[in-house]
Amino acid sequence: MKALAMTLTDLANPSRFLRVADAAMPWLAGATALVFAYALMRAMLAPDDYQQGATVKIMFLHVPSAWLGMLCWGLMTVAALGTLVWRHPLADVTAKAAAPIGAAFTLLCLITGSLWGRPEWGTYWVWDARLTSELLLFLLYLGVIAVWRTVEDASRAARAVAILTLVGAIDLPIIKFSVDWWNTLHQGASVFRLGGSTIDRTILIPLFAMTVAFTLLFVTLLLAAMRNEILRRRVRTLHLMKASAAS
Amino acid sequence: MMPQPEHIDFIAAAYAAGAVVIAALIAWVTLDYRAQRRTLAKLEMQGISRRSASGRAETLTRAAKEDA
Repeated sequence: MKALAMTLTDLANPSRFLRVADAAMPWLAGATALVFAYALMRAMLAPDDYQQGATVKIMFLHVPSAWLGMLCWGLMTVAALGTLVWRHPLADVTAKAAAPIGAAFTLLCLITGSLWGRPEWGTYWVWDARLTSELLLFLLYLGVIAVWRTVEDASRAARAVAILTLVGAIDLPIIKFSVDWWNTLHQGASVFRLGGSTIDRTILIPLFAMTVAFTLLFVTLLLAAMRNEILRRRVRTLHLMKASAAS
Repeated sequence: MMPQPEHIDFIAAAYAAGAVVIAALIAWVTLDYRAQRRTLAKLEMQGISRRSASGRAETLTRAAKEDA
């Protein structure tokens, strides 16, 4: 715990963070590409489901993107606490960098879910609890991005986003437990559940491999986006210095 | 000819959507990085550098003068 606290304190220095990110990025990108190649191969070779047929292959994209959409908001919630409570210098950088990535994965979850729903349920969309709460998460992401883009003062934007993120975090348990709390067309939990997974190993292994690949991709993209955000803040500082020198 | 799996169009569309979203994210971070580096380099070429960097330079210059 003390080591983690020390690491977080060390990384609070943006220059140090940039050095760590620059060193880690090629390794992370390489690992992501390798795991993706393996996971895609396993996904393509996975047998058809006895009920859903070949459309079960959509699950290998749908589940990891749903997981990342929620993980990303969870990370933004921790960052929001970092902004409001600890005032960690990288907290709002993390929150700002993560939002478009989380939005993209949530959108992918909605698209793949819709494409999976049509052959299985006979409809692309239904206003049931799981789908609606996932759509709400996507709209929350868009709201966060809009606040970052419209509020001029970065520290005011960070505080507004932090509050919106904490309020929006209520949606995470709603998404997770919506299939238990309400009657929905969406299937119940089948991977992580009491009594073990209901999915056969031949489908579960590619699913885990794709989830690891997507998570590695997410970490790589997040580090890259955080690095860009730090550079953008430096550019802004230099523009301000240039303006004040000129006046 | 091998028989096509049922609903292959939906599966292909889902994987195409995945490829587009991931490619867009990679393009976004790569192009943004290049743009920020380019702007930073341009500003530094105009002689504008961060206070910490110029402060460090001033300290080094002062130390060099003191040594001399």
